[in-house]
Amino acid sequence: MKAYAVNHPIGDMIRGMLPAPWAAAANGALAVGLIAGLVTVMAIFLIWLERKVCAHFQARLGPTRVGPFGLLQPIADAIKLLMKENLRPRGVDNLAYFLAPLLPITGSFLVLAVMPFDHDLQVVDLPAGVVYVVAVSGLGILGILIGGWGSNNKYSLLGSMRSGAQLFSYELSLVLCMLLIVMASGSASLREIVLAQQGTVLDWWIFKLPVAGLLAFALFMISSTAELNRGPLDLSEAESELTGGFHTEYAGISFSMFFLAEFVNMFASAGLGATFFLGGFLAPRFGVPPLDWALALLPGVVWFFVKVFALIFLYMWFRWTFPRLRIDHLLSLEWKFLLPVSLANLLLAATLITFKWMLP
Amino acid sequence: MPAPSQQSDVRGEGYALPPGFSLRETRADGSQEYFLNMGPQHPSTHGVLKLVVRLDGETVVEVVPHLGFIHRAIEKMGENETFVQYIHLTDRMDYLSSHINNLCVCMAIEKAMGIGVPERGEYIRVVVSELQRIQSHLLWWGAFGMDLGAVSAFLYGFKEREKITALFEELCGARLTMNFFRPGGSNADVPENFPARVKEILEDLKFSLDEFDVLVSKNPIIRERTLGVGALPRERAINYGCSGPVGRASGIDFDVRKHDPYSVYDRFQFDVPLGKHGDCYDRYMVRMQEMRESIRILEQAMASFPGGQYRSKEKPAYKVPAGSYYANVETARGLYATYMVSDNSFKPYRIKSRSPNLSNLSAINEMSQGGKIADLVAILSTLDLIIPDIDR
Repeated sequence: MKAYAVNHPIGDMIRGMLPAPWAAAANGALAVGLIAGLVTVMAIFLIWLERKVCAHFQARLGPTRVGPFGLLQPIADAIKLLMKENLRPRGVDNLAYFLAPLLPITGSFLVLAVMPFDHDLQVVDLPAGVVYVVAVSGLGILGILIGGWGSNNKYSLLGSMRSGAQLFSYELSLVLCMLLIVMASGSASLREIVLAQQGTVLDWWIFKLPVAGLLAFALFMISSTAELNRGPLDLSEAESELTGGFHTEYAGISFSMFFLAEFVNMFASAGLGATFFLGGFLAPRFGVPPLDWALALLPGVVWFFVKVFALIFLYMWFRWTFPRLRIDHLLSLEWKFLLPVSLANLLLAATLITFKWMLP
Repeated sequence: MPAPSQQSDVRGEGYALPPGFSLRETRADGSQEYFLNMGPQHPSTHGVLKLVVRLDGETVVEVVPHLGFIHRAIEKMGENETFVQYIHLTDRMDYLSSHINNLCVCMAIEKAMGIGVPERGEYIRVVVSELQRIQSHLLWWGAFGMDLGAVSAFLYGFKEREKITALFEELCGARLTMNFFRPGGSNADVPENFPARVKEILEDLKFSLDEFDVLVSKNPIIRERTLGVGALPRERAINYGCSGPVGRASGIDFDVRKHDPYSVYDRFQFDVPLGKHGDCYDRYMVRMQEMRESIRILEQAMASFPGGQYRSKEKPAYKVPAGSYYANVETARGLYATYMVSDNSFKPYRIKSRSPNLSNLSAINEMSQGGKIADLVAILSTLDLIIPDIDR
């Protein structure tokens, strides 16, 4: 296990200012601080982005008043949510009710800890990073389940039961897609997966494996949308059916924790998508020397964010275009279609990898 | 969760059953049916309708609508208003068909007093009624999209609707409760630019309807969620008294405009779109086609829009001779009828309105049994209910 903790000039500078034993501690503190900062900024920015994107899809302008282009609107909203009373409805299960909002955000925090943002910008590079990601992202499901159960509300209960069935099902095809990438890269470390895609754009896994890569990418996007509880697969929330689903009874800061987690999760999921399929922090290269040279001028972290936001835009596009599925259609889509296709795709990819039938 | 009890719900915890409602015994495997209050503040009941739903997991066993949250005794109020004053109360029933409701009352008064309407007045009535129908269907389309989770559709529907609403505002100063028609015509002539504006709106609308088809009608998720959902066979629809798009989707070939033509509807060529199975998809498609038929009517009407007077000579007072009078119209939701009894005075003795929504709602239990909660929402949405019209 290699700790890359922020091996950046800034990190070196801060460590250089401290005596040796403190420098080691500074490593962890820097990492946690950076991730926490990233989560907060990203959540606020993504809320703004979602509102802007959805507004323009709907022929509106979105927030324009608070700050330039309404950029400070999410901060104003956050202050409003903080000021609100943290309601506790009658008959709730105290522990479950107050613990639930903390779990999803914890899950997304933990996923970001292994995310390779740049060559040396990663908190920790686990050899079994993919397994770890699958394991900790389950925390989000747990939060939704016990939140719905603890709220003492039938809508919440229905929402959380739906999400239990949904997330459990879609995890399967998601894991199969990840497995395919692990197979192709020959490593389960997220950093190694990125480094395995070095070369031109055609060396990214989405293109390198003919058909299988593209199919796996599509499957990944569909099942991660379900994992994120976002429309059109937002059945646990299902505003028009279950009023608010699992967070019907939450208000104030508890609700904003769920809300925040949704957006940070989206960022983490898009980050995984970029890492697995789009070459993560690698700059795109097209085999045209001057162009490649120009593109490589931008640091890897910028390319990582460009790819992540492209995927996030795709998630938003889904959400604001498609109607919601029904729970039984959703489950049969997974078990009767996506899962067999994922398995077949895995088989296809295994064949391609074994016989090296890949793009040069 | 504690077991539901039949006792009154003094502490308001939601465990006690609503009156007149019972659950089956707990089954051998320990599972139990439960009930869920949908509304009166549920986002998909679009108003203050309360549905008490008996559920088995997510499967709907029984739906009992509870009404009366917005009962204003409009018919009783009407007895204390003069005949012309009563017109504005009908705005508040089906507020998305207020022009057409107004028209129905005016027609009843005209019948009673033998008032004629000049040609231009009749054309204004038809044009405005059809615009109102399109406006109402556009709002329904948006709300349908939103109920099924396509939130953007709501905004697209409203964007198109806004053009018609702006036209109405120019026409009579109101956007929702119009109070525009009067016995013998309307209370004002249409503005000079009216025909041009209508033509412009129709052109935009034809384009948008095609877009709507691409976005929603042909969407596989929408088809999955509406095809075969909430089917209402023709006989049952007749028994429940369903009318309008709900009845026609079940195959009842009845449209007041066609089969009992009022105003000048008999001069225009248009078809009455019919469905086969009476499921949500048929109800959806019937409304979409109805908008296109309305455009056809409007185009014909605008092509021969006459000049002259818009209202026959106004009377100083409307003293309706003793007797009972009936008029019916086709609103955006179905058959709307007014029955008036007069005792030869300035105020009606009794008024009864027959509104389409109550009979359409009555079919909901039969339609949604065995479906999921999501189906119930789709059914509610395609019934296109206006709750103030049910409670009155």
